[in-house]
Amino acid sequence: MEVLDMGLFALFAFTVVVFGFFLGNYVYKIFDGKKTFLDPVMNPIENLLFRISGINAEKSQSFKEYTLSLMIFNLFGIFILFFILYFQSAMGLNPQNFSNLSWHLALNTAISFVTNTNWQSYGGESTMSYFSQMAGLSVQNFLSAATGAAVAVALMRGLTGRGIGNFYVDLTKTTLRILVPIAFVYAIFLVSQGVIQNFSSYVDVTTIEGGKQTLAMGPVASQEAIKMLGTNGGGFFNVNSAHPFENPNELTNFIQIFSIFLIPIALLFTYGKFAGNRREGIAIFGAMALLFALTLGSTYYFESQGNVMLTQLGVEAGPSMEGKEVRFALGVSSLFATVTTAASCGAVNAMHDSFSPLSGGVLMLQMMVGEVIFGGVGAGFYGMMIYALLSMFMIGLMVGKTPMYLGKKIEAYEIKAVIIALLLPSAAILGFSAIAANCADGLAGLNNAGPHGLSEILYAYTSAAANNGSAFAGLTANTPFYNVTLAIAMFIGRFGVIIPMIAIAVSMSNKKTYALSSGAVRSDTMTFTIFLAFTVLILGALTFLPALTFTAIAEHVLMHSGKLF
Amino acid sequence: MFKELEKSVLLFSSLALICGLAYPLTMNLIANSAFEAEAKGSLVYEGKTPIASTLIAQNFTRAHYFHPRPSAAGADGYDGASSSGSNLGYTSQKLHDAIKGRVEVYRAENNLSTTQKVPMDAVTASGSGLDPHITLKNATIQAKRVAASRGIQEAKVIDLIHQNVQKPYWGIIGEEKINVVTLNLTLDREFGKVKI
Repeated sequence: MEVLDMGLFALFAFTVVVFGFFLGNYVYKIFDGKKTFLDPVMNPIENLLFRISGINAEKSQSFKEYTLSLMIFNLFGIFILFFILYFQSAMGLNPQNFSNLSWHLALNTAISFVTNTNWQSYGGESTMSYFSQMAGLSVQNFLSAATGAAVAVALMRGLTGRGIGNFYVDLTKTTLRILVPIAFVYAIFLVSQGVIQNFSSYVDVTTIEGGKQTLAMGPVASQEAIKMLGTNGGGFFNVNSAHPFENPNELTNFIQIFSIFLIPIALLFTYGKFAGNRREGIAIFGAMALLFALTLGSTYYFESQGNVMLTQLGVEAGPSMEGKEVRFALGVSSLFATVTTAASCGAVNAMHDSFSPLSGGVLMLQMMVGEVIFGGVGAGFYGMMIYALLSMFMIGLMVGKTPMYLGKKIEAYEIKAVIIALLLPSAAILGFSAIAANCADGLAGLNNAGPHGLSEILYAYTSAAANNGSAFAGLTANTPFYNVTLAIAMFIGRFGVIIPMIAIAVSMSNKKTYALSSGAVRSDTMTFTIFLAFTVLILGALTFLPALTFTAIAEHVLMHSGKLF
Repeated sequence: MFKELEKSVLLFSSLALICGLAYPLTMNLIANSAFEAEAKGSLVYEGKTPIASTLIAQNFTRAHYFHPRPSAAGADGYDGASSSGSNLGYTSQKLHDAIKGRVEVYRAENNLSTTQKVPMDAVTASGSGLDPHITLKNATIQAKRVAASRGIQEAKVIDLIHQNVQKPYWGIIGEEKINVVTLNLTLDREFGKVKI
């Protein structure tokens, strides 16, 4: 049992690193202007798109230009998506005749999908038309991931002394050369395994016992593929990847977990190529892998302990299966949950609300530190760079040398940007949670009482500000209060990090590169890897341990004294 | 500013056409020509009426069928248009009460003693509310009831269970499990429908 699970974890790690390596090299070629095998097809299409849109693909942008392009593109995306959802019934492809979304749900969902969060205050199969899913949400599954990747690439270029590039060009290339081709193959595989793909109205079944059952339908496979690959995580159905039509068996489940980490890991190899030193990428990878081993180990351990109180009711001992599927028992549920919250995916194949108190706490902690343990497409890389620069700065202070990263000085400007990117999401998490826990509108949505109820609130704002999108789904979030506050948290968590990172990319790009002296602190070493991992842990713990004590830890302690709420 | 907006609008529209229309529509075409049954929901028909999807649990309450796991989907459970878990945490009184009740019902249905342990999957609500699988242990306990109410030998039902076990992929991914929907369909096929 445990041996099999460990074998599975090893198989997962091996495949994702191998595929990540090859994909990472390919991604590097795309963004450093090298030849790739898709050129004959993609060059003409891209050139056509750039000509239609009036984009000068050759020109690298300044901080102001890049930020303006990115913000306008994303704000326009929010506007269009809001429009589609708010006028859903007029859009067609709506066999179940779902009505228009309320203004606050449309706003929340629009910001949610554009920020790559995919927080869902709604149940897909009872709210969204096929048009909204396919032409509204799915489009942002591509474009929000591409936005993240573009910023990551801009930062890689900046850190290694190149111009940061053009936002539109990198976004388009990510979409057309990485996301669409992989999603295409991926979706066909999913259908072959039983993921549905159709536009029919819901099927009425006369059950074997003669009862009635209605089965939701829809174009699921095409959306499912990009939902995982783009670390979006917004399920077609309410229960996301726990639904048999989204994730029918162990094989699709394995591929889904694999595809969450694929691009984030590939980008680390891409970074090594940009830096001209593979070990720069591997050092970052190492810190992430170290943290991931810790979190996966803890989630797995806490889940394997099960709910002691169930045994007293006459249930066999073992991991709790409440909220889990038989086809995804202990091992893959723990792996999926850890991967989805390490990356900013947020898809789930088991209900996190019903996880053990401490595993729920580990999942939250991963999001609280900013989803830097591999993280989202692009977002994981630039998120970890916040900590990398901070680590180098601290090391520099400790040994009394000018702090440098990749031979470039880290100065007040960069550190200010780093602090902004660190503080904004943390403030959003703790601030909004405090407000929600102290007002009637916030408490009205709870599904659980006691410390677990507070966990539901804390998890919601953590997930929003970290752009994760998973939930302690018992929380009824489709209210004006939650929809609006969560939307603000998502917006801050996304652009409050992206803009400082563009600033850093540009300022580093303009700096002189010094050759490292023999006594200099190097960033391609094991020492740096370990220092980086500890920086993440210590900063995360310092900021969030009090909040976790009142939620996950309190619940764990009370559970062992037999207290129910 | 307006120039940027124009660029954004035009590029967004072109990419939306590719990702939001061309891609899913092509996929629909391929899916429904290469994997039609899967794309339409792996449905099972009796004549022209769909009676089940082999991927989705449906409610079985009668003694001569195997029962699926408890469901929190929709008001009465097993609602294929309203998937949901209970979302109750470890320390929830509601969860505690629900499981206590389910343990009693399971023991009564299957004629178990009040001290016999009940399989975990039999009394906990699945994540989707539509989990079509149960564990081998759960199925084996139910076999006696199913056999008795159909008036057939228990060994025959056990045989059928073993023929329907789904094995792990390549021996390591997944666990042994039974699909309740296909198992019940096989039961009816092998031993005939029970008249009520």
